[in-house]
Amino acid sequence: MAVGKKDISAPPYAEGTSLSDEDIKKKKVTYVEDHPNIRYSWTAGQAVSKFLNELKKGKIAATKCNKCRRIMVPPRVFCELCYKPIDEWVYVEDTGTVQTFSISYIDPDAKPLEEPVIVAVISIDGASKNMGIMHVLGEVKPEDVYIGMKVKAVWKPEDEREGSVTDIKYWKPLEG
Amino acid sequence: MEIHPNCKWNSSCFRGVMVMEVERISGLKFHKKQDVAIVGAGMTTFKRRLNETGKELSYLAVKQALEEAEMELSDIEMVVMGSAPDAFDGLHMKGEYLLDGSGGSDRPYMRVFVGGGTGVFAPIAGYWHVASGLADVCLVVCEEKMSSSHPHPQSAFKYIWDPILDRPLNPNLIWIFALEMNRYMHVHNIKHEDIALVSVKNKANALDHPCAQLAEKITVEDVLNSEPMALPVRRLDVSPPSDGAAALIMVAPHIARQITDNPVWVTGVGWALDTTMWTNRDLYFPRYVAEAAKMAYKMAHITDPRKEIDVAEPYDPFDYKELHHMEGLGLAKKGEAPILTREGVTARDGDLPCSPSGGLLGVGNPIAATMGVKACELYWQLAYRAGKRQVAKEVTTGVCQAWGDLMQVGTVVVMSNKR
Repeated sequence: MAVGKKDISAPPYAEGTSLSDEDIKKKKVTYVEDHPNIRYSWTAGQAVSKFLNELKKGKIAATKCNKCRRIMVPPRVFCELCYKPIDEWVYVEDTGTVQTFSISYIDPDAKPLEEPVIVAVISIDGASKNMGIMHVLGEVKPEDVYIGMKVKAVWKPEDEREGSVTDIKYWKPLEG
Repeated sequence: MEIHPNCKWNSSCFRGVMVMEVERISGLKFHKKQDVAIVGAGMTTFKRRLNETGKELSYLAVKQALEEAEMELSDIEMVVMGSAPDAFDGLHMKGEYLLDGSGGSDRPYMRVFVGGGTGVFAPIAGYWHVASGLADVCLVVCEEKMSSSHPHPQSAFKYIWDPILDRPLNPNLIWIFALEMNRYMHVHNIKHEDIALVSVKNKANALDHPCAQLAEKITVEDVLNSEPMALPVRRLDVSPPSDGAAALIMVAPHIARQITDNPVWVTGVGWALDTTMWTNRDLYFPRYVAEAAKMAYKMAHITDPRKEIDVAEPYDPFDYKELHHMEGLGLAKKGEAPILTREGVTARDGDLPCSPSGGLLGVGNPIAATMGVKACELYWQLAYRAGKRQVAKEVTTGVCQAWGDLMQVGTVVVMSNKR
């Protein structure tokens, strides 16, 4: 180890070799291509399985902790704050309030969407304050959405429900 | 609320809101074996796509850090590697894959990962190694190669969502930022114009950074008129995906004394995670950052961060995030950060320079390797080695911070050039 330090006036950095998309497409660099195909089946677990099965019946199920008195959506089998098992299952309303929203012009791969999707965090009526889920809004123009807007779930017809969060097609403004 | 005048951050204070905060951190105990100094750092250029592999990038960054400290690899006792999701690389055991490039073979080596927070979490892990006395010299390396996943790393990002509750809705990662940004703007009545100023400032700061990917002079109008992604987020509100690497060297005091007269000391570290149930939180305030900052400030004996911090590198993957994090770090009151930005307080020649490096918005966002513009930059600023980027005011103490996972983790390091 050297003793005493030479005076480097500016911070050190190393130049990498920058490439463009063209370099890859025209095979100007050496590279290897692979498309891994891995399949998964995710089990929904104790709490969320019940939640999804209740969605199939057109109801939103929540869990309650009698210690902190929170009614929690999405439901869990243990209260993460009190760190104890939940005490009971309760139903909450299929109405709620928009906590925040975004008008998305991109899909999961960041490809542009022709029609924007309105995504929102909706706090559910009947659950504790701020207990929300992420979902999409419909039957409303992007410019008409506002934070604090009351919304109601629009369910798929019963025979089309499959026990998924998409059993609620979207949430629409609750008028009057 | 009145605060007891003799409050020494212990349980003797019963009045006012401070009591709860004091109690929450009173359980934190640390018995440091030795102080920790930073004596060298290095980084590579950040680019959208680099030809070099992750190993080669790590090697380049480490070489620069060793050169600045005038050390050899044989002087390094232990190595900490930080790198983000394996899905970018399509390669598991990424820590092991990067081992040789990061100089970790035949010595204690570990990889740490907390999403975007890794860039500041890796130096925290380096701090444990030295502060505990297990190592006198610890090398910290952060590497990211996001371009392997193509055409866009967003396709790999979608796997951070809950597979059962979130993914059926076809989410894009940008959604969480857009939702958080909109909530923040709504609660404090903040205009997009004020948030865009951060992007303007950081991209201009990056003009002085030789590694910068997106340094440019832009205007607020450019940001507001850029392509909509997930409104309120537009193209120029976002930092770009990048390839790159960064490294820094942490040593014990007796080693630091041999190397330099002016080491930079790590005086506090903190980290915290908030619940994964992010739709159950009010997103307007980053509590995870506030908790992490509280821990770091306590360790560094900082009671008034706005006055005691001279320069800051808050994590800025999005322009609103710098403001959000300034408030979490206690550098601004809630809702006050946009005002400080508008008044030029956070400019490089301001009273509280924020992201003088150019940040992620200007230099680039290779997830973990952003250590180069956060922890490394803070070291260079406090060592007066930042060259053209050196802030105008005299600096003693600074803070850097990163953030990641599902709006969950805050990682904070406080440094000072006075021991």
